[in-house]
Amino acid sequence: MNARVERLRESSLRTAPSVSAERALLLTEFYEHAGPWSPPMMRAMAFRHLMERKTVYIGAGELIVGERGPEPKATPTYPELCCHSLEDLDVLNDRDKISYRVSGEVRAAYRERVIPFWKGRSMRDLLFAQMTDAWKAAYDAGVFTEFMEQRAPGHTVLDGKIFRLGFRAFQAEIRHAIAALDDLADPRAYDKREELRAMHVSADAIIRFAERHAERARELAAAESDAVRRDELERIAEVCGRVPAEAPRSFHEALQAYWFVHLGVITELNTWDSFNPGHLDRHLYPFYRAGLGDGTLTEEAARELLECFWVKFNNQPAPPKVGVTAAESGTYTDFANINSGGLTADGADGVNDLTYLILDVIDEMRLLQPSSNIQVSRKSPDRFIRRACEIVRKGWGQPSIFNADAVVEELLRQGKSLADAREGGTSGCVETGAFGKEAYILTGYFNLPKVLELALNDGVDPATGRQVGAPTGELAAFDSYDAVFAAFARQLRHLVEVKMTGTNVIERLYATRMPAPFLSILIDDCIANGRDYNDGGARYNTTYIMPVGIATVTDSLSAIRCHGFERRGVTMETLAAALRRNFEDDEVLRLRLWNKTPRYGNDDCAADAVLASVFDAVFNAIDGRPNPRGGEYHVNYLSTTCHMYFGSKVGATPDGRHAGEPVSEGISPVQGTDRRGPTAVLRSAARLDHTRTGGTLLNQKFAPEALQTAADLDRLVSLVRAYFALGGHHIQFNVVTAATLREAQADPERHRDLIVRVAGYSDYFCDLTKALQDEIISRTEHSVV
Amino acid sequence: MKSARRRPLHAYTLTVLTATITRIDRSAVHDGPGVRTVVFFKGCPLRCEWCHSPETQAASPAIALYHERCIGCGSCMAACTNAAVTFVDGRHGVLRSRCRVCGECGDACPSGAREVIGRVVSVDDVMDAIERDVVFYDQSGGGVTASGGEPLLQAPFVEALLKHCRERGIATAVETCGLAPSGALLSVAPWTDLFLFDLKLMDAVRHRRVTGRSNRQILYNLRLLASRHRNVRIRFPLIPGVNDDPENLAATGAFLSSLGVTQLDVLPYHRGGVAKYERLDRQYALLDLAAPSAEEVDGTIAALTRHGLDVRIGGLR
Repeated sequence: MNARVERLRESSLRTAPSVSAERALLLTEFYEHAGPWSPPMMRAMAFRHLMERKTVYIGAGELIVGERGPEPKATPTYPELCCHSLEDLDVLNDRDKISYRVSGEVRAAYRERVIPFWKGRSMRDLLFAQMTDAWKAAYDAGVFTEFMEQRAPGHTVLDGKIFRLGFRAFQAEIRHAIAALDDLADPRAYDKREELRAMHVSADAIIRFAERHAERARELAAAESDAVRRDELERIAEVCGRVPAEAPRSFHEALQAYWFVHLGVITELNTWDSFNPGHLDRHLYPFYRAGLGDGTLTEEAARELLECFWVKFNNQPAPPKVGVTAAESGTYTDFANINSGGLTADGADGVNDLTYLILDVIDEMRLLQPSSNIQVSRKSPDRFIRRACEIVRKGWGQPSIFNADAVVEELLRQGKSLADAREGGTSGCVETGAFGKEAYILTGYFNLPKVLELALNDGVDPATGRQVGAPTGELAAFDSYDAVFAAFARQLRHLVEVKMTGTNVIERLYATRMPAPFLSILIDDCIANGRDYNDGGARYNTTYIMPVGIATVTDSLSAIRCHGFERRGVTMETLAAALRRNFEDDEVLRLRLWNKTPRYGNDDCAADAVLASVFDAVFNAIDGRPNPRGGEYHVNYLSTTCHMYFGSKVGATPDGRHAGEPVSEGISPVQGTDRRGPTAVLRSAARLDHTRTGGTLLNQKFAPEALQTAADLDRLVSLVRAYFALGGHHIQFNVVTAATLREAQADPERHRDLIVRVAGYSDYFCDLTKALQDEIISRTEHSVV
Repeated sequence: MKSARRRPLHAYTLTVLTATITRIDRSAVHDGPGVRTVVFFKGCPLRCEWCHSPETQAASPAIALYHERCIGCGSCMAACTNAAVTFVDGRHGVLRSRCRVCGECGDACPSGAREVIGRVVSVDDVMDAIERDVVFYDQSGGGVTASGGEPLLQAPFVEALLKHCRERGIATAVETCGLAPSGALLSVAPWTDLFLFDLKLMDAVRHRRVTGRSNRQILYNLRLLASRHRNVRIRFPLIPGVNDDPENLAATGAFLSSLGVTQLDVLPYHRGGVAKYERLDRQYALLDLAAPSAEEVDGTIAALTRHGLDVRIGGLR
């Protein structure tokens, strides 16, 4: 990286995240004087209010411009969704990990303006008020989390449209759709007109936002004494004067156009998993080739622009989260996850020259954000995977690796067209989606070990004595393994339904009260349908539930089957009593369960068969059920940091896990119990039917010294190819030694740069909680590949 | 795995070929190209002082003790029918003179502190483990390696196993110390894609002193094999002060040149096996020997290279 990029990167890394009250104050001011508009128009006018007034920031040396907050790392809040209390602000400021500086002014603004207006009116207040007692009991017991409690639905990715068309063209499309409305033939024409008008206003807002940057750049240029920088500022002014109103013509314009769109989406609402450009290598390739062809671009210039673009992502920490949301996703990363490679819409290999340049950029930048992944298909060249593995072995957790052919298969199973499936990919951590055409909303993690605990306790939570689930019997009374499993399956279905009753209400609350007209412009077919993204306007509408702890449940059921009913060494009464006491004075039993149970992750057919049965039970309880947006529920196996929170809510489990310890993450084996090497783990993981998911997450940890030689790298590539040949969806490698991690734990100051892959993302090791640090250290260290 | 060991011997008819092995390692990468499955056969005619897998030396099974895992709970004592379990300083041991290696104590131990080393398997048992990783061999150019111990002590089994692999398109390798009847060596050669042949010391007397046996048959076998098989790699364990002297390196180079064998892996001595001796209640002879420095390794490589060999560093790092 050159001196400019180094300076920008350094500054981004050095700046501490803080809370900015600017957005909250502007929004409060707007709502205090708002007219009697329909919900979509209200949101569009609010968006315009923000985009016309928020601070325009152009930093020294920047080439790509625009910030979500008034300056880098200053994070806005969204009181219309979740209004932080003064205590919340204190927690954000004071907590050890993932803290945000909260100044006295911000606190005062909240005390005097924001809280008085929004208290009791935020979406969080509204939705909790609508939840049933059964939902609240399950939520409090840690059976599931609710993503929309503090953040808006979002979770989508862009296709290539903004690189082909400007927002003036989108506006023409919108006007065309309005003109075609017929109130007689279409009784919902009014709703559609309001929605479309709202989109039109939102397009004006983003165009105005860009123009303000052009104006600011011109002012700065006029005052600039350095001739080189003056030229740059004039070029920035020219670029911002054009995009995103018009279609981009150059590499620089294309990146800046996306960046304005990105800022628009994450300013309109604090959507989960921010937003991302999807197949960036493919979108930018025409501009790259044309620029190199006519001499207006060099590889070095493209690299510099990309690296400036990378820094912009890192300047935007995730919106500050509190409570359960902070526990389930304790990170600054906001999950913009850029895809490289994959397949084109007509099924050809998507890897191009720019793909390799982007991999270089990932390698050089080593930033937490954006996250990055490669999409590997049968057609991908080995060189592509090898280049990615070279970066992987440096040990900071990026890029993660996906099976593009499996992704296509998953999307086809969900009913997408072949072309839409091929243009799809993965976002957030591992979530499959049809880019530019799908609202695939994550609605919360689901605690499978807690379900098992309730199933074995007649629906009563042992931690509180409250009736949380359905009465499914007591562990001591089960007389066969099949009876145990049936109780688990029944409890699972019951609690999934409790979750869904809540989710369905929440989706309607967002559809009717908190539409997202700006985001709706970007996702097909919201304009054609005249419907909002949050109201089923997209071509495809998925609701994902993410089960966590499948390995913990599998091993627990395997333990019951093996020790209770096959070898008959342990009676159910004994086991139930031991679990109640958290294995106090039962260390012999606990060790037996921990060490002598057939476990998932060891290519053990008996254990893997239990896994398949749990997988089927989850699939049958969730998949295909209708959501309020005209789509379906699907299943997705990722856990972010939620396996820690869920573990804290679950008592001792029959696999010998103590109460409160983390449950397993993603589809990875229970921490430290895969003892037959990586090929056995991969074979076990591939026994899961990945095609019937919307993504699975498999973590493998390698010691760096096992990845030194060219032959080691070849073997890593072959492991990836082999796992994908077996149908695996995703694999990621943590390349660090436990010794290094322990050092980092003891001396964080000297290891602040240490990035590890936590689950579907990477994070600074020193920013993780002690418990999570311990957990990562304990993950089985494979030192053979 | 477990079920195979517990199967009573009479479950195999006399026509079923069996072998005693210590373990099957999957995802192995140091014993041949690619990702490999390595079958460790039990029993070795040599007693090299530096041996890092002493559990493979004796032909008969034994109990290994992972002392650090023992919690002193008495489960093994209760399970033992021959009063062969001891209890000293809060840890359970084994009275090896009484132990019949029935394995009951290992089954009973909750913490995995006791394990039977050595189990009887059929070719089908081993093939079941091998075939699981075919996709990994295919992708990496890997395969199966018969190692030990000395696999050629159980040559009929190895021959049958490798034949099965060949029929299934799985690449094969044999890692041998070279001390076996020549007929045994030749019987597996047609089914072996790659030989990894240990050559420790050229001088017969010195060889006998550190391994317990003369190298006469080993050198004869290597000469025989080199004339019959195209793909032989030499494995040279570099033991400081034992075989890294200029005379031995020169003799090694001269001998191999005369055979036309040029591929040689240097395996620097390491102390990875020390804990295994403790598990078997055995003394490790080389407690004072340090692993060779990088300079020593480089020096040896340079010397062997001067003698016309194509040398690489292999083995555990």
